[in-house]
Amino acid sequence: MNTLIFRTLAPVIVGIMLVFSVYVCLRGHNEPGGGFIGGLIAASAIAVYAMAVGVPAVREALRFEPTAFAGFGVFIAAGSGLLSLGTGSPFLTSIWLYLNLGDTVVPLSTPMIFDIGVYFVVFGTISAVALALQGDEGEEP
Amino acid sequence: MAGDLTQTLDPLLILVALAPFIAALFTPLLQRLIGSYAGWVLALVPAGIFAYLSSYLHPIATGTLVQGAIDWVPVYNLRLSFYLDGLSLTFALTIAGIGALVVLYAASYLKGHPHQGRFLAFLMAFMGAMLGLVLADNMLALFMFWELTSVTSFLLIGFDHSRQAARRGAIQALVVTNIGGMGLLAGVLLLQMIAGTWEMSAIGGVVRDSGLYGIVLACILLAAFTKSAQFPFHFWLPNAMEAPTPVSAFLHSATMVQAGVYLLARTTPFLGGTEIWTTLLVGFGGVTLIWGALGAMRQSDLKQMLAQTTIASLGLLVLLIGLGTETAILAMVAYFVAHALYKAAMFMIVGAVDHGTGTREITALGGLANVMPLTFFAAVLAGLAMVGLPPTIGFFAKEEMYLALANTEWQGILTLLVLVAGNALLGGVALLVVIKPFLGAMTETPRHAHEAPPAMLAGPILLAIAGVIGSIFIIGLADYILSPAASSIRGDYVESHLGWAIDLTSPVIWLSVATWILSGAVYYWAGAIRSGLRRASSALGWTADTVFDAVMFGLIRFAGAVTRWLHHGRLELYLVLVFVTLALALFVPLLGMGGLERLLPTAELGNWSAVLAWPDLRPYEWGVIALAVIGLGAVLMAPSRLVAILSLGVQGAAVALIFLLFGAPDLAFTQFMVEILSVVILTLVMTKLKLDERDPRHLEDLLRDGTLAVVCGAGVSLLLMVVLAGPLDTRLSDFFTATSVPIAHGANIVNVILVDYRGFDTLGEISVVMAAGIAIMALLRSRKKPAAPPKPRTRKAKGATA
Repeated sequence: MNTLIFRTLAPVIVGIMLVFSVYVCLRGHNEPGGGFIGGLIAASAIAVYAMAVGVPAVREALRFEPTAFAGFGVFIAAGSGLLSLGTGSPFLTSIWLYLNLGDTVVPLSTPMIFDIGVYFVVFGTISAVALALQGDEGEEP
Repeated sequence: MAGDLTQTLDPLLILVALAPFIAALFTPLLQRLIGSYAGWVLALVPAGIFAYLSSYLHPIATGTLVQGAIDWVPVYNLRLSFYLDGLSLTFALTIAGIGALVVLYAASYLKGHPHQGRFLAFLMAFMGAMLGLVLADNMLALFMFWELTSVTSFLLIGFDHSRQAARRGAIQALVVTNIGGMGLLAGVLLLQMIAGTWEMSAIGGVVRDSGLYGIVLACILLAAFTKSAQFPFHFWLPNAMEAPTPVSAFLHSATMVQAGVYLLARTTPFLGGTEIWTTLLVGFGGVTLIWGALGAMRQSDLKQMLAQTTIASLGLLVLLIGLGTETAILAMVAYFVAHALYKAAMFMIVGAVDHGTGTREITALGGLANVMPLTFFAAVLAGLAMVGLPPTIGFFAKEEMYLALANTEWQGILTLLVLVAGNALLGGVALLVVIKPFLGAMTETPRHAHEAPPAMLAGPILLAIAGVIGSIFIIGLADYILSPAASSIRGDYVESHLGWAIDLTSPVIWLSVATWILSGAVYYWAGAIRSGLRRASSALGWTADTVFDAVMFGLIRFAGAVTRWLHHGRLELYLVLVFVTLALALFVPLLGMGGLERLLPTAELGNWSAVLAWPDLRPYEWGVIALAVIGLGAVLMAPSRLVAILSLGVQGAAVALIFLLFGAPDLAFTQFMVEILSVVILTLVMTKLKLDERDPRHLEDLLRDGTLAVVCGAGVSLLLMVVLAGPLDTRLSDFFTATSVPIAHGANIVNVILVDYRGFDTLGEISVVMAAGIAIMALLRSRKKPAAPPKPRTRKAKGATA
């Protein structure tokens, strides 16, 4: 697994996967995709990257504990639901904001923030498990 | 009550219950700033409440009902409603008045204690809970405050939590009173069902005629008897004496334990007056009275003696409520007031003695009257009330209760005998507590005996004097407190006839005299009675206390046994259990609810060609199915674990392809990612074992697991076929298709459902995902620890081989 070709290509693949995961996550509201699948793709990217450069390097690149990402995800997902309380609606009622930027219209919404939260939870949890398992590699008696 | 009641609204009533809680929040800060002087400041809160409530004495005596409420949960028609009538006013004044003195006392008693701020905060919170309890009109609010008194009492009893006895006492009190709390909740819910209202003031007489009356009564009595320490639930109260003395003075004599009495009094208008009510209350109350009084004689620790007499007095109050006649209820209110005043004073006196000498052992004390004259003065007055001698309210209370039973039938005479015996024993204890420590020869004590500081003297002296003043102005007291409270309990106006005109021809006064003489006799033979009782109790061998312990330990052992039975630690058996449950969940509805019949009508059984039609599939679709079958076969035949994992991935990918071909791109997409990740993660897990081995299995394991797998697979397939065989109910999908773009602004229905329509579900799911992740991390870490490494490993080495 630890060949020169793999190690050289891995960062490129991982980069593409991560960008793709964000793309999949954001387009999810109208086409196949969403936070869950996006998070899975990103987590696979992390697993691939860890195979190429090793767990400590990945942990360093992530900057935060993977479980912290998961916690952050739950936090913003729940937080997006709280926004609707300001309008007097029940928890998690969606709010939509259409931003006009020149020719294009960018729809922003609380379900989008919610989906990003899902992305982070899936990404954080699966990466945490994958990294922890990979970290144990070679430790077997 | 009669219809001539005027009602006034006063929203400030809510503040009365909440103010102590608010004060409790700031108490620790206050204590840090000004030390034990915080007591003087904090005492202003209950003192203010006392003054405020006193302004209602006159309106309530003239028949006003004060109410205050805010909307609580308007959707369920719940209002946080409070009301003030004679009964709640009497209790609230007692709580606030004694509360102010106890806070003052506690600040001095625990001077210099590192956690004094915390203690005072608990005390204030308790006071709020208790005031809320006696003012609440809404029954759920009543329950809530009831439980809050249990919780704060738990915190106060266990305040000195480094001592095992304090922890045990706290847990025991919590367990026993919470059993009652559950009873109260059930009773309250039933009452609401019967009467259709949450407000006690609106219940009326429908409950007694209801078929559920017996159950409601049992629930309410369970709550009252556990809280007010009635036999056989009395045992927690003496153990609760592990609390610091101010707590005993406040909670376990004058207020919290009276909550049960309050509940009985409060429910009398709609539960009382029946034969079973009278029988149960008089029976349990009478037994508790005698049991507690005898228990007190057995003790030689001053505080324990008082605790046992409290049990006796609670029994007496319950008995009087049970009798329920005008005189009995009037006697009950009078006794409640008298008891609250003298018992709180007594506890504070014992605390002062303990504080001043370092011991509470009655046999080790004597001659303190010379060094603690003010404490002795308070003790004499409180003692007079406890014996029931004039001029104290205690005297009138006793007169009134004898009057309630004079000229009755034989049950009445029996009850009267119980009362006289109980009062005589209580009087004997009072004489012991007042005379033994204070008179006679001075003894050596652990600490050099000295008088208590002013803050600790204020409470007992004021309370004891209040008992005397109350009796001097007995007519006013009766008009403003006793009669309105009794009227609230009885539900109609109760005329007081208390006064100083003593009729020497009435048998009642002679019963009192008999009681005093018997009290003296009890005092004289106290030593003999004590040793006799101790012999009897050691001959008995067990007490309710030991039974409680046995039950608790039994519960723990039972829980342990169940846990060991279910959590045996054999992973394969867990999996078998999971899949057996799955198979049952699949097949029971299939067979029981006629699913199979729908799929394969018995009439068509012979006609195979009609049932088994060859599916019309394209060649590449057949290819994908073949791929899935090959993957499955490879899993079963795999020579090594690695091959098995990869083959499983192949099979999963084929299933994903099927989803893709048949129009579920989202599902296919996710399935692909899940397959890839599970292959990766399974491989990572398996590297910890060996990848190039095949798992050895015994034939019987193969048969068991194989059968189970086939059964589960067949179950899922059959279920899907049954679902497809019937007409599909498309109402939901139609709804989502129609509304997803217009109201949820999204064309991908699956995603819209996940993040918008059922966002709350998803929020729960992602929380579970995160929690599962954390659990997995914990498992992985705990695995690392016990394997103490024989060879040194570094993080670097791990990274390099990864």
